[in-house]
Amino acid sequence: MDFLTEFPSLGRRDLSALRQAIDGAFRNFTRAYGEGIEAFFDPLLRFMIWFERLLIHAPWPVVIAVLAGLAWLGSRSWKITAGTVAAFLAIGWLGMWENTMSTLAIISVATFLCIAIGIPIGILMARYNRAQTLITPVLDVMQTIPSFVYLIPVVMLLGIGKVPGLLAVCIYALPPIVRLTNLGIRLVDTEVLEAATAFGASTREKLWGVQIPLALPNIFAGVNQTIMMALSMVVIASMIGVQGLGVPVLRAISNQYLALGLMNGLAIVALAIIFDRVSQTYGKRLQSYKDQGHG
Amino acid sequence: MADDVTEPKIRIRNLYKIFGEDPAAALAQVQAGASKAELLETSNHVLGLRDINLDIPAHGLQVIMGLSGSGKSTLIRHFNRLIDPTAGEILVDGEDVMAMNDTALRDLRRFKMSMVFQKFGLLPHRTVQQNVEYGVHIQGLSDDEAQRRAARWIDRVGLAGFEQHYPGQLSGGMQQRVGLARALATDADILLMDEAFSALDPLIRTDMQTVLLDLQAELQKTIVFITHDLDEALRIGDSIAILRDGEVVQAGDPQAIIMDPADAYITDFIKDINRAKVIRIRSIMVPGPGGGQGAPVRTSQTIEEILGVLHDSPDGVCPVIDKAGKTVGTISMNAVIGALESRKTAEVARYS
Repeated sequence: MDFLTEFPSLGRRDLSALRQAIDGAFRNFTRAYGEGIEAFFDPLLRFMIWFERLLIHAPWPVVIAVLAGLAWLGSRSWKITAGTVAAFLAIGWLGMWENTMSTLAIISVATFLCIAIGIPIGILMARYNRAQTLITPVLDVMQTIPSFVYLIPVVMLLGIGKVPGLLAVCIYALPPIVRLTNLGIRLVDTEVLEAATAFGASTREKLWGVQIPLALPNIFAGVNQTIMMALSMVVIASMIGVQGLGVPVLRAISNQYLALGLMNGLAIVALAIIFDRVSQTYGKRLQSYKDQGHG
Repeated sequence: MADDVTEPKIRIRNLYKIFGEDPAAALAQVQAGASKAELLETSNHVLGLRDINLDIPAHGLQVIMGLSGSGKSTLIRHFNRLIDPTAGEILVDGEDVMAMNDTALRDLRRFKMSMVFQKFGLLPHRTVQQNVEYGVHIQGLSDDEAQRRAARWIDRVGLAGFEQHYPGQLSGGMQQRVGLARALATDADILLMDEAFSALDPLIRTDMQTVLLDLQAELQKTIVFITHDLDEALRIGDSIAILRDGEVVQAGDPQAIIMDPADAYITDFIKDINRAKVIRIRSIMVPGPGGGQGAPVRTSQTIEEILGVLHDSPDGVCPVIDKAGKTVGTISMNAVIGALESRKTAEVARYS
């Protein structure tokens, strides 16, 4: 009867031994390789510090002008550009300029990193079905596992600071760009691809001349999603020592400062909306050849 | 071009294609005589092509005709190995395509064969000009050369002025002109056309057939043209192969197919065509020194074209002359009526 009412579990002593063994093994790994891994990420850390300082110490009108210029280049829309300028003026006026610049810095670096890693992985997945079967479950884990769970080993390994924060953001923000690159390439019209093959195009010529250009709208939707997800990680990243808008939000939560939380939260929303509108209109312009009617 | 008679441009020998998990095992079954239905039933393999033998002479327009599912699109994709056969030989200019490595195969596709697709297969993100340049770029030629050739062929297919348009801005007929220009720009001597005009409206289709025939008169390429449309096949084909369930049922001169269909399937196939428009005098005349009281008619004319002349002849017989004007036989009203009536009477007509 005992067998039916009590789950045949490992037992408290064995279980704690197992956990201690895993913890011990990882601790040993950290002791042995922690410094090496930290040294590996050192150039990245230096770059992030440099970039953050650049954004914070540059004269604010210059920063706003550059951001407005980027918004214009991306969207070609006066409305979006004006909205960007207004949003940043409001952020500065409400005393959130420095934190916003810090957030902007880590989001930019994270997005760039995700693109640099994610697009090649997506291409690999589109090329080989085997890669797709192997990588898809990894992406599922990355997207669904609670962030705190992977924060533990990251902090154990690298301590508290910008680099572990960046890793945490990237783990969460990488999947959409990989998935949408893969999807975009797989959705390319088979007859167009067959035509390229029939004209003797090599694998590389097909990839760069046909598949990537035709997958660009989807890839761009992936970039957009990646930015959004990176922004949503700002508060969690601030728990492990990343400067930015997440820090005051965290303070607001623990002290019940409604206004402080709201203002900084809205600043994150403003950043999200600007990034989203600019990247979406840019993505739409990429496929303008579709919209023109019969001439 | 005497050597072309002995050496076909493309030669297909004992070609089999079976789709499924273990084509090699299924091949043995097929070679032992299993039918398409039996093969599907017993081993869940689909018979794509069975024992295809086809010689395609240089400078001719070979039509491969069949209804959907007959394997015609599968067959044409074997010529440049977009599909690999289960068994069989494909020779292009005497070279074994099956023995080619990747580089040789790419060169074959780049320089020797080009292809036109049913749904055009144009690059939607490139302009007409860039699309036509595509094959030339892949050949590794300079931008100047690509531009020069593209300009020439865009003009030749009647699209001058549309160079900077995107394919999505053009009608179907115009898009296929782009497809044709792209294929011609590579200067390949073999042109594969997979149901190239099937997606077009009837009027535009006729239009495109004319474009193709005009170009062919001048360029003398070897063209393999896939279609399911018998009228199209008869209009443009120098030679027709009819495919059914992956097998060639009859191949040869279009006239021979109409006058002497190999089996009930083909008889049924050709029963709805307007025979007066298709049958030519050479197919139904009685060879001989000539005679008859009517005005002479030419071997290349259709029945429809000579009906009036024949009717005016007092004895219902006209002499037939060939291209050179030499009398080669006679044609009688009886023969014409016989040919129009049905396939059997064609034989009677020959001896009347």
